[in-house]
Amino acid sequence: MAREMLKGNVAMAEAAVRAGCEAYFGYPITPQTELLEYMSARMVELGRVFLQAESEVAAINMVYGAACTGVQVMSSSSSPGVSLMQEGLSYIAGSDVPCVIIDVMRGGPGLGNILPSQSDYFQVTKSAGHGDYHPIVLAPASVQEAIDFTVLAFELARKYRHLVILAADGQIGQMMEPAELPPMQPYPQPRPSWSVTGAKGRDKNVVTSLYMNADDEEAFNIRIQKKLSVIRAVEQRSDEFATEDAELLVVGYGTSGRIAMSAVQMAREKGLKVGLFRPQTIYPFPDRRLKELAEQVDMCLVIEMNAGQMVEDVRLAVNGVVPVEFYGRMGGNIPMPDELLRVIERYYAYSSVLA
Amino acid sequence: MTTVTIPIEEMQLVYDRPEALACTHTHYCPGCTHSIAHRLLAEAIDELGLREKTILVAPVGCAVFAYNYFNMDGVEAAHGRAPAMATGIKRVSPQNTVITYQGDGDLASIGIAEIIHVAARGEKITTIFINNAIYGMTGGQMAPTSLPNQKTTSSPLGRDVLTTGTPLKISELMSQIDGAVYVVRRSLHDVKHIRQAKKAILTALRVQEANLGFSMVELLSTCPTNWGMTPIDAMGWVESAMIPAFPLGDYKIADSVRELG
Repeated sequence: MAREMLKGNVAMAEAAVRAGCEAYFGYPITPQTELLEYMSARMVELGRVFLQAESEVAAINMVYGAACTGVQVMSSSSSPGVSLMQEGLSYIAGSDVPCVIIDVMRGGPGLGNILPSQSDYFQVTKSAGHGDYHPIVLAPASVQEAIDFTVLAFELARKYRHLVILAADGQIGQMMEPAELPPMQPYPQPRPSWSVTGAKGRDKNVVTSLYMNADDEEAFNIRIQKKLSVIRAVEQRSDEFATEDAELLVVGYGTSGRIAMSAVQMAREKGLKVGLFRPQTIYPFPDRRLKELAEQVDMCLVIEMNAGQMVEDVRLAVNGVVPVEFYGRMGGNIPMPDELLRVIERYYAYSSVLA
Repeated sequence: MTTVTIPIEEMQLVYDRPEALACTHTHYCPGCTHSIAHRLLAEAIDELGLREKTILVAPVGCAVFAYNYFNMDGVEAAHGRAPAMATGIKRVSPQNTVITYQGDGDLASIGIAEIIHVAARGEKITTIFINNAIYGMTGGQMAPTSLPNQKTTSSPLGRDVLTTGTPLKISELMSQIDGAVYVVRRSLHDVKHIRQAKKAILTALRVQEANLGFSMVELLSTCPTNWGMTPIDAMGWVESAMIPAFPLGDYKIADSVRELG
């Protein structure tokens, strides 16, 4: 496969097609609409299912229905739309059915704006609906990663019968850069034995999130927690740069992580011992590797395009071993590399004093 | 007096549990017409040979456990979302028969957008709509279909139409949507009407099997517990109060359905 110029939203859509997505249900919302538009042509061309729902509420419940039949199904939306989907996300998690949701995050709260933001970190990693569960959440920092993580999202959803969210921000969705698409996966996948397909020659299958008896509901919750503990053990993913001798560790994900990378490179050119740690899974948060790094550095500096959401997970992982500072931009503002360099220089001086 | 013993093998079986109905106790109150509606649906599914391909979408409400009472595949939807869930199922599994079974709170209140749009798209699914003019499971609150002046636990002085509006007439509303090809209202208050309801359910399922569009049977039903009536009085209230407010009839029979015979 050759590298080609691809827009993030279109790249994720085609990656989903090639990963074997059998059905897409969605609702238009900026800045993810190109994804839905692309699917409206591409899925139909391939004889697969595309449907524009009457709302995000309906879209996620269509996803839930299709997921119960065991097919690979997805939706995509942006922050306010994902808020509307939370009910369905909780039912999906409460039923152990797999699906993939792409959240192309924008500014909030409320109607906010349509500019890039990482305002949904809490929403997607910690509060994606009522009840005790976390989705698996992947955070791409480039169009290539958006493609690769889309494919990975379908794999993880199937592997764990779990909800997987791709948390891309508006920048990833809207920008174009060269990337390579994966080959077409075998299609369609066989329907799993638990799925509802009609009780022909077998006992009936039921997919529900309802357990009236306290012991049954607790047993189900324990099962979810066991699944999540396996996910935390096996699926932590992160990338890093120049961490070997770093004194100041910058932590960023998605677009803020990518811009932080430029700033860290600029700092290295100036001779500052600065490294970058970039979580690729934000649930499970890659705390094992971050803990190791925290033992080596003097300070962590978290960069986000929000008021400070992931910084809480960083503080939990670092657990007071070194100070954890934060710099964020909000409202759709994207920090520039030279802006971050100034922040890095300021904290670098401070971290040297601490050392 | 002489006793005549007929050997069991010579007895004629005249009444049995439909195969589509699970052999289990239900949690429905004594006298509730859900049991009648369940049986009619199960009989219709058996008569059309659909049990092994049917997927039932249960609602939130008294019928929340419907999937336990039928002997076929089932899912449990969020409150009001059964038509959206059924859409997802039917679109990826067009070979299956997909049925939603919803009450008036589920369908006419929280799920009104989903039921309108499932019909607008002409989804090839069938909806059984149980209208008993009250919220049953939560203990008798006012529903969008509660009658004017009807006393409920959330309208203790009776439904005041000036502040809470008038009952939503769902079959009339749905009949205006092109994609809804079969929309009828029946009642479960006596044997004659129960037989008519059964016939309508059979037709609705045949409409789905023929891929003609969305089909819905509204069934006027009772809630003796929350109405504060005996089961017999409740049947009488359906006839005396509900039918005048919700006239029985065929609200939409598209030409394609008439051709079905």
